[in-house]
Formats: sequence, structure tokens, C-alpha cells
Amino acid sequence: MPADTERSVDPSRRALLVGGLVAAGGAAIAAGSARSQSVPDPMAGHDMSNMPSDPYAAPMSGMAHGNMTTVGLVDHGRNGFDPTSMLTDWETGRTELLPDGRTLRTFEVDAIDREIEIAPGIFFPAWTFNGRVPGPALRAKEGERLRIVFRNLGSHPHSMHFHGIHSARMDGVPGAGLIGPGEEFIYEFDAKPFGCHLYHCHALPLKRHMHKGMYGLFVIDPDPARQTDPAFTAIAASRLHGSPENAEWQELAMVMNAFDTNFDGANEVYAANTVGQAYMNVPIQIDKTRPVRIYLVNVTEFDPINSFHLHANFFNYFDTGTTLTPTLRTVDLITQCQAQRGILEFSFAEHEDGMYMFHAHQSEFTELGWVGMFDVRGPAA
Amino acid sequence: MSDQSQPTRPVLTRLLLVLVPLAAMLGAFVWIASLDPLRSFNNGAPAVEALTVERTILDEAGIGLLVRAGGSEPMAIAQVAVDDAFWTFTQDPPGPIARGDTVWVQIPYPWVLGEAHLVNMLSNTGTAFEHEIAVAVPTPKATGGQLRLQALVGAIVGLLPVALGLMFYPAMRGVGRGGMNFLLALTVGLLAFLLIDMTSEALELAASAAALFQGSAMVWLAGLASFLLLMAIGRWRGTPEGLALAFYIALGIGLHNFGEGLAIGGAFAAGSAGLGTFLVLGFALHNVTEGIGIAAPMLRVRPPLWTFAALTLLAGGPAVLGMWAGSLAYAPQWSALALAVGAGAILQVMVEVTAYLMRQNNDRQVVLFAPAVLGGFLAGLAFMYATAALIKV
Repeated sequence: MPADTERSVDPSRRALLVGGLVAAGGAAIAAGSARSQSVPDPMAGHDMSNMPSDPYAAPMSGMAHGNMTTVGLVDHGRNGFDPTSMLTDWETGRTELLPDGRTLRTFEVDAIDREIEIAPGIFFPAWTFNGRVPGPALRAKEGERLRIVFRNLGSHPHSMHFHGIHSARMDGVPGAGLIGPGEEFIYEFDAKPFGCHLYHCHALPLKRHMHKGMYGLFVIDPDPARQTDPAFTAIAASRLHGSPENAEWQELAMVMNAFDTNFDGANEVYAANTVGQAYMNVPIQIDKTRPVRIYLVNVTEFDPINSFHLHANFFNYFDTGTTLTPTLRTVDLITQCQAQRGILEFSFAEHEDGMYMFHAHQSEFTELGWVGMFDVRGPAA
Repeated sequence: MSDQSQPTRPVLTRLLLVLVPLAAMLGAFVWIASLDPLRSFNNGAPAVEALTVERTILDEAGIGLLVRAGGSEPMAIAQVAVDDAFWTFTQDPPGPIARGDTVWVQIPYPWVLGEAHLVNMLSNTGTAFEHEIAVAVPTPKATGGQLRLQALVGAIVGLLPVALGLMFYPAMRGVGRGGMNFLLALTVGLLAFLLIDMTSEALELAASAAALFQGSAMVWLAGLASFLLLMAIGRWRGTPEGLALAFYIALGIGLHNFGEGLAIGGAFAAGSAGLGTFLVLGFALHNVTEGIGIAAPMLRVRPPLWTFAALTLLAGGPAVLGMWAGSLAYAPQWSALALAVGAGAILQVMVEVTAYLMRQNNDRQVVLFAPAVLGGFLAGLAFMYATAALIKV
């Protein structure tokens, strides 16, 4: 009965309806009668000409990143560490001479629970080495005897597992230097091989202890005296912290990390040296007359790979830093797996003054915080 | 004087008897709040946070979200990321959001027509609240053209089918007892479908509302209250029948059409329904039986012509209002409430039409399972179910 009605009114109704809808040119109704509603075409009928203005004209203000930025600033004072000073803040410990003439270098590291601000207004309950994330950037010379006094002031068992050459007893895994809260352990081994390394807590579950913030750079500089080729001696000397040759370089410590703030196994904030977009808000000052060397390590959890891309320039890359000749020459992007690291060397000597961007080339990481600027200036500027 | 004070003393005493427990309650609350005897329960867990997006506005200024906080303490939106990119945003009013309060979050994000976007709001504890924009389309604005267009759609899905159904009235007048029973049972059947449909839709909407609205309880209680109130009003002067019953059916169906308008309007605004002509016609066909249902109880009276116009407006007009409300001022909890009230109204007319049907026959109980009645009921259900297949997307 109703079906008859429908059929009888259909032709005229339909024509009227379609005509009316087309005339209305509405933003809401698809006029095509042949279009099945089971596969809605989102573009149908959405005539943009009746919009007051282009939605793409959303205001693009601010700096190079436009509106793609966090809102506000992190209180570095409250955090107790500043990403800018972290770049050059090397922990060299204290040294003494051993009877056999070698140098004994002692570091003191405490595991501390601490809430840190990782992006403006976002607080993360971190586990830290010495109250900072990343932990102190330890630096020693090839061949030295190293002693790391580790105290666990935190609420969970922790350890320091060094990527280097050492005995099983010193490995920082359960049964070999993994200590409970309130305990102390002294790791002791020789500094080798030279390169750009890292240390991290190896308590289990590893993922949790890593992404809570327990990692840091561990750089062993090459000993120029061990090089026989004079060319390599000079290169090694330039890498040796504290040498006159090394003073020519601008050396930066960067740890690519990320934070899973809601503990769902995916990161919410990405950064170099913890604070998302820190180097956008405060660009890194570069004197273009001096070459730049970056000690870079990737400790990002959950995402298998991170990367470093330099704008408007190319660099030489020394994977793991264990060689004095580049493992990659003239590249503007390198990738690092979790715990992979290396040394980047480049120069802005021939460049105009200006802001040069660097970031992960996983756009997602970039836009969630891992992006920064080099503020490159000549001596006159 | 003594005979005057006699009646006042019990009043004072009664007042005192109320005030004493009230004072005790106040004292207990102050004691608990000031001494915090439950402090030892504090296990270091962070405060519970909840954030519900109630409205989404897409326009030339970017993305606007109306969000309601529902945490145990005031909470702050620290950062907003759209499609995994931190983006600037403004919050109005700014600052921490108290439990139950709403704020507008405005994000100047260049959204892309017809594509999906994911907004992720991070609180200061790093808790992430995601809001998916399934299909980005410009949110309808309350312009004259827009309102007219929505009124047109509302008229097609609401007014037109009711009017068409009522046009069967002259033809229906000639039916005998069996036909009458069939038509009334058909009405109850289609109402039963609407009741189930509305209730499930209301519960679904309520689930997406903020927890403090207690969606499920709100739907059931609002439906029950609306049913009881309408039953009481309907039976104020005896059981409704004839024209009065027709108006009650029209009211129930009108509330249903308001809910249907809300749903279509909301789907418009969300861009989830590319509402084609086919879909609009499906709605119209689906609703044709409503007119027949309204006509059924007044076959024995001779109503004046204006009543047909009034019934059409009452039953179909709310679809237009629903369209406007749904696309311009949408919030899941209010839509759920409207649907629940409508469901209560539908239940009331189901009861009254059934009572009327039983009164029309001498064998009151037996008639319910007579072939014409059972057939009509099942036919109503089946027709509604079959035509609903056209409009469920």
C-alpha cells in the first residue's frame, strides 16, 4: 500500500527534489541520484565556493614552523637541566694516576626518580641518571681505566650497561651490576674501543627502563699517540677532548629520544635531548668559521628507527665513531636503529648567515617535537 | 494566645527535626573535607582525567572543539597535536578546566576537505585524549540559505510522508471491523519498531557523552518519566480515543521525528552522511506508515479538515526543528535525552492504541491474537524493518 504511493509520486517528487537540491547548491546534500548511499562520496555537493574563505587560509603566523609548534615554554630551571647547556656539558669525572702510569677516571652516577617537563606543560615521571634526561654525557680517553660509582636512589632496581668492551661481571645485566634501591655498585673496565657510545639501564623490562629516561652518551676519544700515520694523529687529536686541536671544533652532544606519556606503547613527544622543540624556541648558536661535530645517539623506544637530516648542507658520518675515516661521505641524512650512534662532521664556512633547520626526517617525529635550528653567524655578526 | 501557639509548636519542632540532620550532614562534610581522614587511601595514583568532545566546528579559522572535562580534579590541556603534529591552539576560557565545565579549543589547522583528521589533546600528566574527525567538511552555519535547505530536508523526511499517509484516510474509512483491527495493529507494530530503534540509538549516543551524564541511566529514566507523565496527562479526562488518541500518536511520532532530524542533522555536520536523494526518499518511504498510524484511531469520527494539517505539523514538523538543532547545536547527551523522551512517548501511544483496539472488540483478550491483529502488528514491524534498510548507513 505505501509502496504504491511511493511509486505513484516518485517521478514528480524526485524531479522536484533533485531540482530543489541542486538549486540550493547546499554544502550538505549530494544531488546525484545515481550515487549509492552505501559508498558516500565525501566530496559530493560540498561546493567550496559558498564558503566564506578558503580553509587552507588558516593563519600561518610565527616562524618557519608556522603554527606547527607547542604552546608555551618549558621551565628548564625547575627541570634542573637545560637542553642548550646539555649540548656542551661533558662529564669528565675526576682523574688520578695509577702506579702503572695509566689514568684512572672516576665517574659518580646516581639513579633518581624525578618528574620532568618534556614539553610545555606536560610532565613525565622519569627515572634519571643524576637527575637529568639524558643522563650525563660521560667522556674519557681511549686506554684509560674507568671506574663508575653507581648508586641507586630510585624506587626500582637499576643498572648501567655500557656499550663498550668489558668483562661479563661489569655488564650491568641481572646478576652483574644490577642493584636494588639503596644499593651501590662500582663498574670498572678499560676505555675501549674509541668511538661514540652509550650507556643505559639494563633492568627488565628493558623497554620501560629505557623510555623512562635511563640512558646517556658514553664517548671515548681516540688517543693520538696510538696512531702511527701522522694524518690520523691529527684527526685523533681533533677528537680528543681538551686538546688545542679539539678546541677548534664546536662539539654538540645530542640524544634522540621520545616519551610515551600515556604508556600505550607509542610516543607522544619526540626530541633531541628530551625537550620537544627546545632548539626551535632557542636555536643553537653556530660560529660558521669553526667546524661542527655532533655526537649523536638514538635511544627512541617503540619506533625502530630515528634519523637526522641537516638542511642546506651535507656532512660526513662516522658510524659508531670507531673509525677516523668517514663511513659515509657527503650525505644530508643518516638513520639510526635503536642504540645506534655515530659522529657527524660538517661546516657552514661557505654559507650565508641564517637559520638552518635540522630534524628527523620521519615527518611524524619532526612534527611531534624533534626539530631544531642552527643559528649560523659569521664572526662579524 | 495558648490556642494560637498550639499549632505553631509542632511546626517549629518539625523544622528543628529537619534542621538537626541537615546540620549534622554539613558538619560531617566539613570534618571530612578539613581533616581528610581518607588521606591514607592516597596511593600516589594520579588524578583521574576525562575529556569528552561534544561539538566539532570546521571553518575557515581551522578546527574548533567544545570539550567537557570530567576528571576528579580540575585538569589542564597542555598541548594539542593534530595528525601527529603539535599545533598552536587557544582555549576559551583559559586555565584549568573544572569537573563538568566546558571550554572551546580553537586550533588554526589547515584541515583538508573530505579527509580524516585526528586531534590528540595531551593533559599535563601526558594523558592523551583523541578525537577523530572522520570526514572533514565545513560545519553548517546558521545562515538563511542553510536553514532553508535543512528545513527542506526536514520537510521531506517528516512532513511529506505524514501528509501522504494521512491521505489514505478516506480510503481507510470504509474498512470493516477486521480491517480496522489490522490497521490499529499495524500502527502498534510500527511504533514498536520505532521504540526499539530510538532506544538503541539513544543508548548509543549516551555512550559517547561525558560520564557525568550517566548516559544509560539518563536514557532509561527519561524514557520512563516521559511515559508516565504522558500516560497521566492522556488519562486526565478518561482514556484517550478518536481524535485525542490521534493527536497523542502524532505527538509521539513528532518526538521520534525530532530525534530522527537530530540524527540526520548531526550526520550532516559530521560529514559522515553524504545524504543523497536516495537516502532522503528512503526516509520518506520509511515514515509514510506514520500517517496511516495517526489516521487509524479516528476512522470512527469525522474530524474537521484543519485537524489533518495540525496532525501533519505536530508529527512531521519536529523533523525540521531536529535538523536545525542537530546540525547547529549538537551535543550527544541532549540528543540522547530527546530520543529517550520520544521513546517514552512512543510507548505511551502503543499502550493507548492497544487499549483502544481492545475496547473496540467484545472479546478483549482474544482479539490480540486474532489473525488480523497479529498480522497487522507483524506487517508493521516488517515494513519498518525493510524500509529501514534503505536509510541505515
